[in-house]
Amino acid sequence: MRNALLAEHRKLVSTRLWWVLLIGMAGYLAFIGAVMAFTFTVTADGAEAPLTGVDAATATYSLVNAIGYVFPLVVGSLSVTSEFRHRTITQTLLVEPRRTVVVVAKLLATVPVGLALGLVGVLALVATSAPLLSWRGDGAFLTDPEVIAVLVLGVVTTAVWAVVGAALGTLLTNQVAVVVVILAFTQLVEPIARTALGAFDAVAGVSAYLPGAAADALIGASLFGEIAGVDLLPRWAGALVLLGYGAVFALLGRLTTFRRDIG
Amino acid sequence: MTGPTLTLEGVTKQFGRVRAVDDLSFTVRPGVVTGFLGPNGSGKTTTLRMLLGLAEPTSGRGLVGDRPYAEHPQPARLVGSSLDPGFHPGRTGLAHLETYAPQVGVGRARCREVLELVGMGDFGDRRVGAYSMGMKQRLGLATALLADPPAVVLDEPANGLDPEGIVWLRGLLRRFAEEGRTVLVSSHVLTEVQHTVDEVVVIARGRLVHASSLAELAASAESGTLVVAADPAGLARLVADRGWTAEPEGAGLLVRGIPAAEAGAACFAAGLELHQLATRTEDLEAAFLRLTAVPEVAA
Repeated sequence: MRNALLAEHRKLVSTRLWWVLLIGMAGYLAFIGAVMAFTFTVTADGAEAPLTGVDAATATYSLVNAIGYVFPLVVGSLSVTSEFRHRTITQTLLVEPRRTVVVVAKLLATVPVGLALGLVGVLALVATSAPLLSWRGDGAFLTDPEVIAVLVLGVVTTAVWAVVGAALGTLLTNQVAVVVVILAFTQLVEPIARTALGAFDAVAGVSAYLPGAAADALIGASLFGEIAGVDLLPRWAGALVLLGYGAVFALLGRLTTFRRDIG
Repeated sequence: MTGPTLTLEGVTKQFGRVRAVDDLSFTVRPGVVTGFLGPNGSGKTTTLRMLLGLAEPTSGRGLVGDRPYAEHPQPARLVGSSLDPGFHPGRTGLAHLETYAPQVGVGRARCREVLELVGMGDFGDRRVGAYSMGMKQRLGLATALLADPPAVVLDEPANGLDPEGIVWLRGLLRRFAEEGRTVLVSSHVLTEVQHTVDEVVVIARGRLVHASSLAELAASAESGTLVVAADPAGLARLVADRGWTAEPEGAGLLVRGIPAAEAGAACFAAGLELHQLATRTEDLEAAFLRLTAVPEVAA
């Protein structure tokens, strides 16, 4: 297993993909951080800021998930789909015919890159939003224990997203298809679903089990949650739901794609 | 070094209604180069994929030594193989090898070493996207050779290689066999490997049609005699009387399976004036084509 992990790690870091997306994530989150902090602090005369105090800070910092999760998802899923696209999967299975080992190694090998994405993403977000929050708003609250937890868990959550991405890749090995699905789901389906479901009391609870909402629960703060007024799951439950998505994808992938003849 | 024996035991692979490989059995011994031959689409690659655990046989099994490939703890140390090698274009040649090195159980130094071995020492730091077809073929070979394995299984390794590369590959495989390793090389062109292989396994339409040494295959090549007589009608009568099979060639007849001495004596006895009497031997390629030809469908 150690050898399989080392091999998968080398595959991830030996192409340009991960750091291109790392830079993309940093740039995107820096921009989003500035925009959100601006929204919370600069208001028209007499108007009230949508969020204030520590809530404004945690909601902004939690965007590493709600806005940034597309990046670790893509990195993770491409770690599997690129093997099929470039037919390197043949050699991978020749050197390691135990396919469960290959799948598990692929999932775990995304963790270091996921942590790197999370760390850089959180730093980028804080770098632009914290100065604005402390200058015009109620403060950046960077020493508040609750805020520190949000920042650290933001990094952790990003790593979990990378694992979920790899799991999705084992299920959906077509690279173009998986990228389209990820973009459509993260940029369109889930934001709409979270807002829409939140508007109806009968189904409001369901939205907490959407993957992005579960990740927000793990972080412990959510901009969507604040806007839609939907309660998040407890942290532990959010973590379980998110990991559950990964486990189900990986299991289905192992039982379908990775059971067939390959190469 | 003695390589493992590779065995296929009644292997069948069914794809829907198509039987790609049909009850195929043969053995690949160490110490010789075995050519695995057949036309395109005859089931060679499917057979190799089943031997190496990439595809599950519908029935039968492939063995490396005493057990299936995938049941060996580190199978790539035992069998170096390169089947339809794929490469990530954004990875360098060296990085490609390094991604497989941990599971093969070799270090980074060995990756450089095999690149040198396949004549790619200067190109290891270039991205594979910039490689030519021949360079990729050599990198695939380097991947197969990472472990310095006692057995190698190569699928069409000469594809894309320049003549110099083919000569080099031939020397490498001969040396491997002399060292006692097991060498199995597939090809759809017999002439491409006839200077390399000792043993031949020929398949067509998924079935074994011939397995022997190359020398025996050459000996089985059919010969005949070209006879050109002043009186073609008389010659035709003679051929019919003797019950020979013959077909027209130029001004005469090509008599199958009859040595020139016998044909000449018969013509002399029949009082035929000969203009030409020549031995015709089928070459290896023709023998191969005859073995793998699609049988004429009975009307």
